[in-house]
Amino acid sequence: MAHAVEKSAATVAEPTAEPASHRSDRSWKENRYLPLALLFVLLVAWEGLVVLLDVPKIVVPRPSAVAVALWDGFASGLFLPHIMVTLWEIVAGFVIGASVGIALGITIGLSAFMERLIYPYVIAFQTLPKVAIAPIMVIWFGYGMTSKIIITATIAFFPLLANTIVGLRSAPKDQIDMLKACTATDWQIFRMARLPQALPYIFVGLDVAAVLSVIGAIVGEFVGAKAGLGYLILQMNFNFNMAGVFAILIILSLIGVGLHVLVVAVQRRVLFWSDAHADVVVA
Amino acid sequence: MLDHEPTASLVRVASLEKVYSTRDKGNVHALHDIQLDVPDGELITIVGPSGCGKSTLLKILAGILEKSSGVVEIAGRPIDGPSRDLGVVFQAPVLLPWRTVLDNVLVPAEIQQLDMTASRERAQALLRMVGLGAFEEKYPGELSGGMQQRVAICRALINKPAFLLMDEPFGALDAMTRETMNLELMRIWEDQAATILLVTHSIPEAVFLADRVVVMSPRPGRIAEIITVDLPRPRRMEVFNTPEFGQFVTRIRRHFDSTMEID
Repeated sequence: MAHAVEKSAATVAEPTAEPASHRSDRSWKENRYLPLALLFVLLVAWEGLVVLLDVPKIVVPRPSAVAVALWDGFASGLFLPHIMVTLWEIVAGFVIGASVGIALGITIGLSAFMERLIYPYVIAFQTLPKVAIAPIMVIWFGYGMTSKIIITATIAFFPLLANTIVGLRSAPKDQIDMLKACTATDWQIFRMARLPQALPYIFVGLDVAAVLSVIGAIVGEFVGAKAGLGYLILQMNFNFNMAGVFAILIILSLIGVGLHVLVVAVQRRVLFWSDAHADVVVA
Repeated sequence: MLDHEPTASLVRVASLEKVYSTRDKGNVHALHDIQLDVPDGELITIVGPSGCGKSTLLKILAGILEKSSGVVEIAGRPIDGPSRDLGVVFQAPVLLPWRTVLDNVLVPAEIQQLDMTASRERAQALLRMVGLGAFEEKYPGELSGGMQQRVAICRALINKPAFLLMDEPFGALDAMTRETMNLELMRIWEDQAATILLVTHSIPEAVFLADRVVVMSPRPGRIAEIITVDLPRPRRMEVFNTPEFGQFVTRIRRHFDSTMEID
């Protein structure tokens, strides 16, 4: 708040009509740590309400209990193996689904024939809720990681397919005309214009798919698993260990945020030239 | 590079017709009975209102649009697609935003697999010629519209084309920049000994640059008159104020006053 005081003091010397109190009012609103402060206030309120109203801990845990469960889970070594299992399912499923999505997107995006042949089935596949095929995958591929990786891949696949197709078509006509006038072949036009133009779209797809991948792995583990954070949530739920469930939810959201940050960081480096962010085709 | 007589026409267009078939308006007759010969080394401009087919003619010459019938030859060879002997400058600079200025100029050299060391040197020389020597490593987004269009001109010249096609290259620029670019283009033309065909909707620009002005009229697009501009060269900005210049402008404008506003 020293910052705010400094600003309001400065306004005294300025001949502007704006009252000093107004100025300082605005400057604390611009503080970047405001969301964290809000979180702290909410946590304190939550803790206070649970204690005051005497809510049973098997219904809503106290934030402090969640913090303890989080600490204990790591300290006892309980969480780490499960984190590694789920993380591997997420990453492997994401990479496989995204790769297949991009490859098929390029095939369809470059050939009207392939589009006519394949695309109707792709759309039909997308309307199918992937969660509904999770039990089949578990029967086919077992309780291990393979079934979860496949479920995650099927979920991560579509955002990349759709965004790659749209992205490849987003190259402006005059760019393609320019390359054609320079005697460019179709392959050169693809490499020099269509693919770079598609990248902003592909990155939007990667971002969406990264978040969906977390859902894929957890749903897969809910259906049937021997390990993983989804498996751990179910186990703790059976034992009415609400603090433990909340602790895992925090870990899962951190994994999601981590993947998002990773995608955005790569995107910033690759798409340094693009200030306009492509629209989300599939959310 | 080209095996033709120095006196012969570099470009020959005869009885050229272009009909577009559109879904809602039926057939549109874009070009009718176009006859045009461009001698080697000439700077020829095409002027006309929108819809007169001037851009269509340019696209056919560039080989990115098919003609309906007639003859279109460059250096005695019929055009059946884009050619390496051509450089094209479009209305917009159309630079690739992920490539540096230098790499943008090198795009045609890369496509045509020319010697990259020599091309790089030529690209640097061209950029210096248009005053962008210090901007080689910048990205297009960091350049003004006039600078971007100068990069596009360098790109069109990188493979030493015999024939440079320009489609309203300065239309998007402000009046001041446009005048500077006109002077620069004349310098380039003298420097590179190229044949230039430039489409414009500015009558003064058409007169100022040209050896000959092709006046086109619309519906169907056809050549109304070809005017030889015998103003002495080198031309400076002062030419704009001479009565002879005014007479050429008036003569061309008369074609459009009766029919419609020029855009």
